Amino acid sequence: MKVLLAMSGGVDSSAAALVLRDQGHDVVGVTMRLWGGESDTGCCSVSDVDDARRVAQQVGIDHLVFNFSEEFNEHVVEPYVASHVQGTTPNPCIECNRHLKFDKLIERGRALGFDAVATGHHARVIDVDGTLRLARGADAAKDQSYVVHMLSAEDLAYVMFPVGHMQKSDVRELATSGGLRTAAKPDSQDVCFIGTTIGRAGFLEPRLTFNAAIVVDSTGMQVGEVPAVELVTLGQRRGLGLGGGDKRYVVAVDVPLRRVVVGDEAELFISHTSIGTLSWPYSTDVSTISSREILVQGSAHGERSAGTLTVSGDTAVIAWSRPTRRISPGQTVVFYDSTDMVVLGGGIVTE
Amino acid sequence: MTEITNLPRSYVYLDHAATSPLRSEARDAMSKYGDVMYANPSGSHRFAREARQVIDEARDVVAEVIGCRPGEVIFTSGGTEGANAAVLGATRRTGGTAVCGSTEHHAVLHCVEHIEGTVVPVTSSGSVDPDVMRAVLTDLDNVAVVSVMAVNNETGAISDLERISHAVRRQAPDALFHTDAVQAACWIDLRTVWSHVDCLTLSAHKFGGPKGMGIMVLREGATLEPLILGGGQERDRRSGTHNVAGIVGTSIALSLTDQNRTSEVARLGKLRDQLIDGITSRIECATATLTPGTGTAGTAHVCLENLESESLLYLLDEARVCVSAASACASGAMEPSHVLAAMGVSRERIKGSLRFSLGHTTTESDVCAAIDATIVAAARLGAVTS
Repeated sequence: MKVLLAMSGGVDSSAAALVLRDQGHDVVGVTMRLWGGESDTGCCSVSDVDDARRVAQQVGIDHLVFNFSEEFNEHVVEPYVASHVQGTTPNPCIECNRHLKFDKLIERGRALGFDAVATGHHARVIDVDGTLRLARGADAAKDQSYVVHMLSAEDLAYVMFPVGHMQKSDVRELATSGGLRTAAKPDSQDVCFIGTTIGRAGFLEPRLTFNAAIVVDSTGMQVGEVPAVELVTLGQRRGLGLGGGDKRYVVAVDVPLRRVVVGDEAELFISHTSIGTLSWPYSTDVSTISSREILVQGSAHGERSAGTLTVSGDTAVIAWSRPTRRISPGQTVVFYDSTDMVVLGGGIVTE
Repeated sequence: MTEITNLPRSYVYLDHAATSPLRSEARDAMSKYGDVMYANPSGSHRFAREARQVIDEARDVVAEVIGCRPGEVIFTSGGTEGANAAVLGATRRTGGTAVCGSTEHHAVLHCVEHIEGTVVPVTSSGSVDPDVMRAVLTDLDNVAVVSVMAVNNETGAISDLERISHAVRRQAPDALFHTDAVQAACWIDLRTVWSHVDCLTLSAHKFGGPKGMGIMVLREGATLEPLILGGGQERDRRSGTHNVAGIVGTSIALSLTDQNRTSEVARLGKLRDQLIDGITSRIECATATLTPGTGTAGTAHVCLENLESESLLYLLDEARVCVSAASACASGAMEPSHVLAAMGVSRERIKGSLRFSLGHTTTESDVCAAIDATIVAAARLGAVTS
């Protein structure tokens, strides 16, 4: 097959190039230039492109660079900034996958005559009763099905995850045996367009107006203040100007009123969570999922909590089987079946 | 080292504005002199003196082509060094400011922006309007350098250096008038270009010379603060041991370019028209970027509205046709063209821009193959073709 492989310059996509080549595919590597500004981290710095190109040369495949910085800015960076203005906590990596890797790149791949688009994600496409489903990667600790959960059945028939069945240690070993310069490269952890030196606040400062806010307890009494309500996250414990005393957590952020409410950890636990922007990769599932216990994951490598879903159009409510720590509005939740292996769908927390 | 694939004839190379293949005469001379002339030409022994003589002869050849004095020729490492040396050298010498056009190559533009100079807009035809330049200069004091490219590297648009030079002489008589003539060498008599400016810079690999070589011509009496200090070569204007073989290859390539220019302009101009006609008449969304007959003979610049250059380039590459779009950034990604944006070309057209650039190896069959491949590629991306 003719395969277009997204190469970030990391070890996973480097090893994926070797796997695909050895499977006999006709592979072309492509590095997407996403962030036009300066950054010393993540997947679009020039040194990462150099790594990807050198790996492609070593593996013996062609390498291209596509400039998607305009789309990235529109679909990832601008919404990221807008979320902070609204006081929600966005997940830019998911939006990048949704709009860039598995929209723009798939569109490009199809237009240019490729039979498949591959990435180095730790996830698998499996066949369940004749239907392709997205499943967790074989290495539980490195599983990335959460960030690619939005893939539709049609997408799944077109994408490949060449290292999804491998343990991370085997991925590194493969890259080492292939003499690839990325073999020992650390995994990227941070948001790729935010440099480690400037940080989130430094990135946002020129792009939005920070507003100071008062910090109050559950009785409404002021107990502290923060310089930027836009940077406060649910569950946050530090940087609230509270001084000593009992551990208190942010339990509510009200951006329009410039007010942050703190309380005991117990107040962070709730029985229901509302979600919107649902994505159902397999439309037939919705009715069968409702009122059945499923597992819900609320962050990239977070724990799973059991609950039941009541779906109504594009929104849904999760009734947790036992009180569950609140997930910040803006964060993505992904639904898995009771075996905790197969992705059922996902959505974004609204309340 | 990687295996070298010489471009076989089955490939169509229409990217001469990026690099024109090394002329065989230049290659032969370089390998001959590179082997034998290993001595440092700044030395005093006989081998050094021989190497020195080779450079002096090459300098005479260049001076003949430019119509300048040999002492006005400075050998550099390329077009970028020349542009930097002119703009930064002039501003550092006098403490004055710099002015350039908005479609300049980044080698000039980034220097002018770096020192917070003035960038003059261009017209929709892609060149600086002399009257606009005059107006801008009237409002500025202490201008050290004005830089206007002779020919644009993306579109092939030609500047009216004669009228712009009048504006500079009148409004900023103390300023150095520099032209980036990198894209002019193959198409315009450099004696004419030189007659309008104080400083002219060239890059050897654009006219069939070697990479890593350039020429700066600086009018006697004009002075610049040198960028590179050291052993004082090139009359203290550009230090560093001479690249003897490179200088020889450069002078030979430039001389051949000059001898063949008139016939090549006629031959390639026809092929350029054929290419533009073929593409614009058979692909509905395709338009020529410049008004027919206004650019150099070597560039066919077209915009395929609402298609994507990156996809077109991929499909053309797959069809063994080597062309380019705008300039590439450090990562190798195509940057949206600042040249087309400055000309007021719409975003939809800029997105699908393609530059075919012709040169000494180009044949009619190259042009026919490029037309066919472009039509096929555009059709695959959804364009209406006939």
